[in-house]
Amino acid sequence: MTARLRYRKFVSGFMLGMTGLAALITVSVLFFILGYLVYHGGTSINWAFFTKLPTPVGESGGGMANAIVGSAKLLLLASLIGVPVGFLGGVYLAEFSGGAIAFIVRYAADLLNGVPSIVIGIFAYALVVLPFKHYSTLAGSFALALMMIPITLRSTEQFLQAVPGALREGAMALGASRWKTIASVIVPAAYRGIITAILLALARVAGETAPLLFTAFGNRFWSPGWGQPTASLPVMIYTYAISPYDDWHRQAWAAGLVLLGLILVVNIIARAILARGVSIPRT
Amino acid sequence: MNASVRSPLPVNIAPPSGSLPSREMPSAASMRMTVSHVNFFYGPKQTLFDISLGIASNKVTALIGPSGCGKSTLLRTFNRMNETVRHTRLEGEILLDNQNILAQDVTQLRRRVGMVFQRPNPFPKSIFDNVAYGLRINGSKLTLADAVEKSLRHAALWDEVKDHLHKSAYELSGGQQQRLCIARGLAVEPEVLLLDEPCSALDPISTAKIEELLVQLKDLCTIAIVTHNMQQAARVSDYTAFLLTGQLIEFTPTPHLFTTPTDPRTEAYITGRFG
Repeated sequence: MTARLRYRKFVSGFMLGMTGLAALITVSVLFFILGYLVYHGGTSINWAFFTKLPTPVGESGGGMANAIVGSAKLLLLASLIGVPVGFLGGVYLAEFSGGAIAFIVRYAADLLNGVPSIVIGIFAYALVVLPFKHYSTLAGSFALALMMIPITLRSTEQFLQAVPGALREGAMALGASRWKTIASVIVPAAYRGIITAILLALARVAGETAPLLFTAFGNRFWSPGWGQPTASLPVMIYTYAISPYDDWHRQAWAAGLVLLGLILVVNIIARAILARGVSIPRT
Repeated sequence: MNASVRSPLPVNIAPPSGSLPSREMPSAASMRMTVSHVNFFYGPKQTLFDISLGIASNKVTALIGPSGCGKSTLLRTFNRMNETVRHTRLEGEILLDNQNILAQDVTQLRRRVGMVFQRPNPFPKSIFDNVAYGLRINGSKLTLADAVEKSLRHAALWDEVKDHLHKSAYELSGGQQQRLCIARGLAVEPEVLLLDEPCSALDPISTAKIEELLVQLKDLCTIAIVTHNMQQAARVSDYTAFLLTGQLIEFTPTPHLFTTPTDPRTEAYITGRFG
């Protein structure tokens, strides 16, 4: 009996150790990447990095101001396209559809979520770049929006479905129409979760390179408007990292650090929103 | 309530001046709602069988019966709440002020027939916004603050919440939340208020407050209440309907149902032999 007990204690301790180790590896990977980025890129981060355009090869200094602005514009337009479609689709899925239609939409969204980002890029290329005959911010945003839609849609659906049915009944019993019930009770009850999901979707696509390679393409100068090729942080990292120049390598590390920093900030904001309690809208 | 403990029946209704009031039900003219020959189906399963009864104006009508007897389903036909459930079907006729409710716009109907649910379900909004909700969605011209105060007073909650109307409704106790839901229902001035086991999630003190409230609310509107608590039906209602397996077994003035039931099944139920 004691041998048996010893064995059981050993298994218990061993499994606890293994799960702890796996958790530790997960966490340390992040910190390892972060440390590596700081080590290699930290020195190249200065005021010029955020304000100056890239310099020609051989010339030191310069920055990635155009790529930072380019990424911001890409993400803004992608959100303007992707969030309404994903959000409204999620509302439809959670509130109006049932049976076969819901199954098909849900399944399609999950598949779309699994489509490799390079394929999304080719699709956007064929649909937006070819007809306009040049690369553009619009095309890049379109590709990113396609990636945001399924994430926003599925999480909107899940957060709406988590709202107790009793609230729905309560509003309808007061004579609220279906849409009024959703707009005034259900969505407000779930909006924290939905906003969090949108931010996480944004963070997810912020680092995407493949869909931008042949849609937004790249640019060593400012890209005014929405119809020109534009620089973006991920593509800049890609271009600089495969170049043979040490100076560019350092800047690629720095760009990686900035990108990761931005994504971390968005994640932290998202968690902070979700952690706050039930909202009390004022009159 | 104490007397009922010693009573041979689970409830004790002292007949006024030694004799029971008339067994007669009110005339058709004094009915706010009239239900005739209602059958109800969940998919292929029939849950209500040929139910006919009247809900008298400015009275409390109780629906009692064991779990699954169809009393909640019946109540939910009065404001067509069952229509939110898929694959349901209703046959028969339900009149509100002599107009068929099935032919009316459902949102209009629900403004006239309010409902309070088994579990308090305040919206995740402030106390004020909860009560004002129905007025806002109906585009009421009334001054909101006055209307909210009036409703909260009617629901006997005003004194407890008047100093923190902008706090979340979730900070109230369960009993207060349920009175808030009653206030929310009253705010749109319904003609009929339906209550679906409103006290089943509450403690005895909160329950007593709500029962007291219901008796006062009779002046304001007509009340129909589903309860599995026979003492509650006896305490608050003027008329009681006893349902069993989807059929209306007996419908009489409350004192009669609990003291001299005519159907042996009613007697078996109120004496606690089943259910």
